[in-house]
Amino acid sequence: MSFAQPMATRRSSTGISTGKLAVWWVIVSEIVIFGGLLVSYILYRLYHDQWSSEAAHTSLIAGSINTFILLTSSLFVVLSHRAIEDKDPQKAFKYLWYTIFGGLGFLVVKSIEWTGEITHGFVMTKSLFWAFYYTAAGLHALHVIAGIIIMAIISFDIKKNKNLQRVEYIGNYWHFVDIVWIFLFPLLYIAK
Amino acid sequence: MTSSASTHSEQSFWQKYIFSTDHKVIALQYFFTGVMMAVVGAFLVYVFRMQLAFPGKEVLGFGVVSSGEYNALVTNHGTIMIFWVAMPMLIATFGNYLIPLMVGCDDMVFPRLNRLSFQIFFLSALVMLASFFVPGGAFGGAWTAYPPLSTDPNYSLTPAGSTFWVLAVALEFVAFLIGGINFITTAMNSRAPGMKMFDIPIIVWMIVIASILFMASVGPLIAGAVMLLFDQLLGVGFYDPSKGGDPILWQHLFWFFGHPEVYVVLLPALGIVAEILTVFSRKKLFGYKTVLYTTIATGVLSFFVWAHHQFVAGIDPRMANVFTVTTILISIPIAELCFVYIATLYKGSIEFTTPMLFALAFMAEFLIGGVTGIFLGSSGSDIYFHDTSFVVAHFHYTFFPISIIAVFAGVYYWYPKMFGRKMSETLGKIHFWGTIISFNLIMIPLFYLGAAGQHRRVYNYEHFSELSKPYLQDLRVFATVSMIVMLVFQVPFFYNFIMSLFRGEKAGKNPWKANTLEWTTVSPPPHGNFAEFPKVYRPPYEYSVPGRKLDYWPQNEKA
Amino acid sequence: MSVNTTSQHYVKIWGLLLFLLVVSICGPLLGIKVVTLITAFGIAIVKAWLVAANFMHLNIEKKYIVYLLLSMIILMVLLFFGAAPDVMKPGGNNWERVSTTVK
Repeated sequence: MSFAQPMATRRSSTGISTGKLAVWWVIVSEIVIFGGLLVSYILYRLYHDQWSSEAAHTSLIAGSINTFILLTSSLFVVLSHRAIEDKDPQKAFKYLWYTIFGGLGFLVVKSIEWTGEITHGFVMTKSLFWAFYYTAAGLHALHVIAGIIIMAIISFDIKKNKNLQRVEYIGNYWHFVDIVWIFLFPLLYIAK
Repeated sequence: MTSSASTHSEQSFWQKYIFSTDHKVIALQYFFTGVMMAVVGAFLVYVFRMQLAFPGKEVLGFGVVSSGEYNALVTNHGTIMIFWVAMPMLIATFGNYLIPLMVGCDDMVFPRLNRLSFQIFFLSALVMLASFFVPGGAFGGAWTAYPPLSTDPNYSLTPAGSTFWVLAVALEFVAFLIGGINFITTAMNSRAPGMKMFDIPIIVWMIVIASILFMASVGPLIAGAVMLLFDQLLGVGFYDPSKGGDPILWQHLFWFFGHPEVYVVLLPALGIVAEILTVFSRKKLFGYKTVLYTTIATGVLSFFVWAHHQFVAGIDPRMANVFTVTTILISIPIAELCFVYIATLYKGSIEFTTPMLFALAFMAEFLIGGVTGIFLGSSGSDIYFHDTSFVVAHFHYTFFPISIIAVFAGVYYWYPKMFGRKMSETLGKIHFWGTIISFNLIMIPLFYLGAAGQHRRVYNYEHFSELSKPYLQDLRVFATVSMIVMLVFQVPFFYNFIMSLFRGEKAGKNPWKANTLEWTTVSPPPHGNFAEFPKVYRPPYEYSVPGRKLDYWPQNEKA
Repeated sequence: MSVNTTSQHYVKIWGLLLFLLVVSICGPLLGIKVVTLITAFGIAIVKAWLVAANFMHLNIEKKYIVYLLLSMIILMVLLFFGAAPDVMKPGGNNWERVSTTVK
């Protein structure tokens, strides 16, 4: 028996569409999750000056490439949204997959980066700095993976001209993931 | 506009009751899970209170209680009661059941997400229960799980139990985050035409604000719990000073959530009480906007008081000063709410039905809880009272009204809507008096014991000469016996609940003559809720309006 | 279609973001700590605001959404200052903490 969407979902007393409103609330909860982790990191980092000797070993090149990738993928997803507004779901499909490839590229760079670091002995138990490094970047990477999966599902829908409004929603989520990285980048790679 | 009730084909037992996406079924799934966990939580307190009253003696149904087992009993009693009884019954049961009905739509905006949130919640309950059966036994480091006791198995002696505990709590958090999205979005967006912001019933506002408070406060603790898990499993040292960590950080992360959490459970209880007080005094809520703005102010202020749980933990004393001031301040909006509720009763036409009795008892008991909180919120007196039974009595005078009294009130009130029949008033009153009187007889001795210096989480006071005096031990026995009496008085409730399903007086659509939208549809409401979706013409508390023949005026009735 | 939501506009913002990325990478090269901090975090804040306002369309979204998101950030600042006196100065002002080796 197929699922019938309730009429509740289509109402909009606020003027904001239900799906978009829900994603804003998801972002609200994610800000405090990442915020809690990053506040903890900043508290410790400011106290532990000596972490700079560990932090010197993070790869600025890998971090910069990944920042570039995520910023560009953010562009692609908003262009995908633009395409939906222009009533061109096939173009939107294309841009959505550019975004997905960006996300996959990010994960590939991160895997190479982490493999290098782990084989050189920079593991979670080596220093609390590395524990934070892997936890924060790892939590972020999990969100990248979740975003990629959801984008792929939405892309197949929009190819059939269904649920076009969801491109904007996953776009907002993806921009949030990008913004988290925008803060992780200086914390872990520049001002270390 | 017609409803979608007619478009669903015949559903199997599994689709209708186990894998349902209907908010009413999910609400009851949360409710019955909460009841089962409450039975577990009650069993735990029965065992450890028997140990306190008769130390070293074999407890019927458990055996002799060791010190480690005692710790596990008190830890899991607290954890289960807060996360698997209070939250599901107050927020998930009443929120799920009532929000779509009260705003006049056919379901939550994301029914499948709703089902997922219950499934995650149910899984979390299973993980929590599983922790009792793992090698080493259940976690015994208090519901606050301070490291290093919670991270180092050499201290906790429960390596597996500690991890299961953290996982169970983390899963429960995820379930309520997901559920919260549904509650907030549905209440914000799916309202009936004509239902403006100040026409929303207070209980809906309360559950929505509670969900927002939960969402905003649990994040840092989720981060902290991940860090705790890594400390437990990998020994990384987030909270270990020898590795660069700090156990006080955990305390801050925990209580940053822990304090708003008590308001997360208080607000829905206040909502239930508001609905009941207005209906059974046939009076408008004294100050709707006052209640709303005061609640929002309380919610905001609740983020500024958390370190009052850490006054003697070694925090900076200057911070203690700040948090004392904010803590005393927060009693003001709560007191304001109490005054507004009492003013609602004034010159009302009171009907002492069972739900009304429980709602009134909530006011009286919560008042005691609130007032005793002042002693604890002042850092000076807290130096003496911290970690004594005084604290235990204080938080039971707040938590018990919230998670037990208000829930009973809500159950007796909405049972006719949920099941189409009324519960027995006679049995209800027996249940009420038996519960309330015995509850006070349990807790008042604990205030006295706490003031006499009895510390919490001690499994045998015979080891302390100044605490093993006969008159103190007598109080412990008295409290334990009162607890057993209270547990016995829950039997009429269970019997009433089950028997009324089959032999209760049939309730029509609106047996209490209330105004809110859930009473305009059939009892119990069908899938899709309304044959015709209502429009709203007035606020929810138009009772005893002068000039009208009837003393109530449903929201959906045309002028 | 307002001028804020054309493809061109998004590409321009992206270009600005990349420029800022380069500046933030070059910041540490000057060796002055304060400059590094400003370029690293100041630019991060600007980049985040550019993405939020232009890509997430917060510049045309209802104002209360913006306030809601800002409140969450304020809560995180509150958490920082509430915990800082303990985590960043565990020994207090009046004695030296020698009992545990800090790595």
